[in-house]
Amino acid sequence: MSHGPSAPGVAASAHAHDAPYEPVFTPGSARSKELADLITRYPDKRAALLPALWMVQNDRGWISEAAMMEVGDQLGCTAAYVKGVVTFYTMYHQHPVGKHFIQVCTTSPCLCAGADKVVEAFLEHTGCKELGLTSADGRYTVIEVECLGACGFATPVQINEDYVENVTPEKVPEILAGLP
Amino acid sequence: MGYPHKSHPRETPILSKHFGEPEARTLEGWKARGGYKALAQALHMEPVAIQEIVKASGLRGRGGAGFPTGLKWSFMKIGDGKPHYLCANADESEPGTFKDREIMRWTPHALIEGCAIAAHAIGAETAYIYIRGEFTEPINVMEAALVEARAAGIIGKNAMGSGRRVDVWVHKGAGAYICGEETALMNSLEGKRGNPRIKPPFPAVSGLFGMPTTINNVETLAAVPHILNNGAEWYKAMCLSNPKSTGSKLYSVCGNVAKPGNYEVVMGFSFKEFLYDLCGGPLPGRKFKALIPGGSSVPTITIEEAEATIMDYEGFVAQGTMLGSGGVIVFDDAQSMPRQLARIARFYAHESCAQCTQCREGTAWMTKILERIVAGEGTFEDLDTIFDLSEAMTGKTICVLSDSCGAPVVSGITKFRGEFEALIKGRRSSTVAVGAR
Repeated sequence: MSHGPSAPGVAASAHAHDAPYEPVFTPGSARSKELADLITRYPDKRAALLPALWMVQNDRGWISEAAMMEVGDQLGCTAAYVKGVVTFYTMYHQHPVGKHFIQVCTTSPCLCAGADKVVEAFLEHTGCKELGLTSADGRYTVIEVECLGACGFATPVQINEDYVENVTPEKVPEILAGLP
Repeated sequence: MGYPHKSHPRETPILSKHFGEPEARTLEGWKARGGYKALAQALHMEPVAIQEIVKASGLRGRGGAGFPTGLKWSFMKIGDGKPHYLCANADESEPGTFKDREIMRWTPHALIEGCAIAAHAIGAETAYIYIRGEFTEPINVMEAALVEARAAGIIGKNAMGSGRRVDVWVHKGAGAYICGEETALMNSLEGKRGNPRIKPPFPAVSGLFGMPTTINNVETLAAVPHILNNGAEWYKAMCLSNPKSTGSKLYSVCGNVAKPGNYEVVMGFSFKEFLYDLCGGPLPGRKFKALIPGGSSVPTITIEEAEATIMDYEGFVAQGTMLGSGGVIVFDDAQSMPRQLARIARFYAHESCAQCTQCREGTAWMTKILERIVAGEGTFEDLDTIFDLSEAMTGKTICVLSDSCGAPVVSGITKFRGEFEALIKGRRSSTVAVGAR
């Protein structure tokens, strides 16, 4: 992640470990235009909050407190309000995560298929010491996720955007080797 | 089609007919398969006339509740001067359920067409398809199909040249099972935390942005074009048992079964034939033991009860469970029911929005007790506590997530009490053994 100079009006101090925050929705930027277009789909611009947070996470990798302030300013709500929303949903990262964010489904149908062993295999082969921690090389973060809605293809694993289906512990090294 | 398997001759593939065909995703491919004829016809009909056809077809909500779709639409007051909204519920997150994902990723135009018809039928100009955030592939497929449909003038300010405006947009969720609850979905779409709302007011009176709103499941909406094309009588005729359950239904089958996947059969099909023939029966050397047939929120049944079940809304109720979403989770004789039910309880504890005390505390407490039993540290009193707790968690909260935690657990303990008692007794005997040394 690269960081430009601190932007005026956005407190860099809001998050110590991500010092200068580079705004996503600078006037005239593609993201700014995208957000403006998106707002026209709804009678209330606050409805664009989840999509706006997705844009931030897509560009920055996670959603810092400074980002929450920026999004709040864009949509006419406070940073505290935005934080309340961010913390409700499991997919928004409130801290940086590994380059490959690996979510292993372990809900009931996948447990039948041995998803717990898939989790162990990912933890072992990525070098992530425990669930939620990022590997020392910054490549991987592994978490358990609740039902991915692909129960007929147990065990499904979501790696960043993509689903990998029918994962068994034996397939884990090959899957990891195939990641960029 | 028994996606990902080849279609079984006993299936009735209507919604799933084109699963696995990449060309069906394109506008041209969809039109070649008869797409958008129903919408062209519907846009020149009065909304009430469409409602009447859907009412006559007997179509009921496929998301879980089974509410008659045409009746739901008729709650929307056409011409009240307010903006109306349609929400397609594509937040498919119920453990065991993966049918809407296949509808969206193989036949996106079926959902767009269903949305556009439904929007017109309820007097709405805007429909939002709320898709769970994890479903990246279905979202991308839906977005691409919407771009094509918009460019071709099928949806937009003058849908198919009818002079009517029908906008359809995808709205991406961000990870929260509870957003599949219709009022939570509306809150989430409005940019809020996904907390369910107290009803009344019901969505048809005050829903999305405070305006009259209808929320329908993806599978329900995808069935609508077929009903308009073939008529209510044709749909109603797809019924082998109770006339209150009509049409075809997609079942997602998973867990310990030879051929997991999606299967589409008509209402009233035999569950025994379904499980042993279509789904290939148990895995080699195993026997079926228990099922949760309608997504993890419905009561657990034994294989004996399942074999006697007729697959329709009333048939599942007759066996003490529910059709629900049609997500069939199968457990074989190698599975520990206490372990599986503890995992299900953990799911609900994780997904509770935490508004209501009974749910916030109850789901977590129930999980703790069940995990204690699984760890060999439970007591017989723990089982009584779970029953008491479930009673306090049922029918007392804003939404049914709390009830949904208790339903599979209490029925599971009742029917497989021996497995729980063995774990508890195991603890006692090991205590004695330690003491004897």
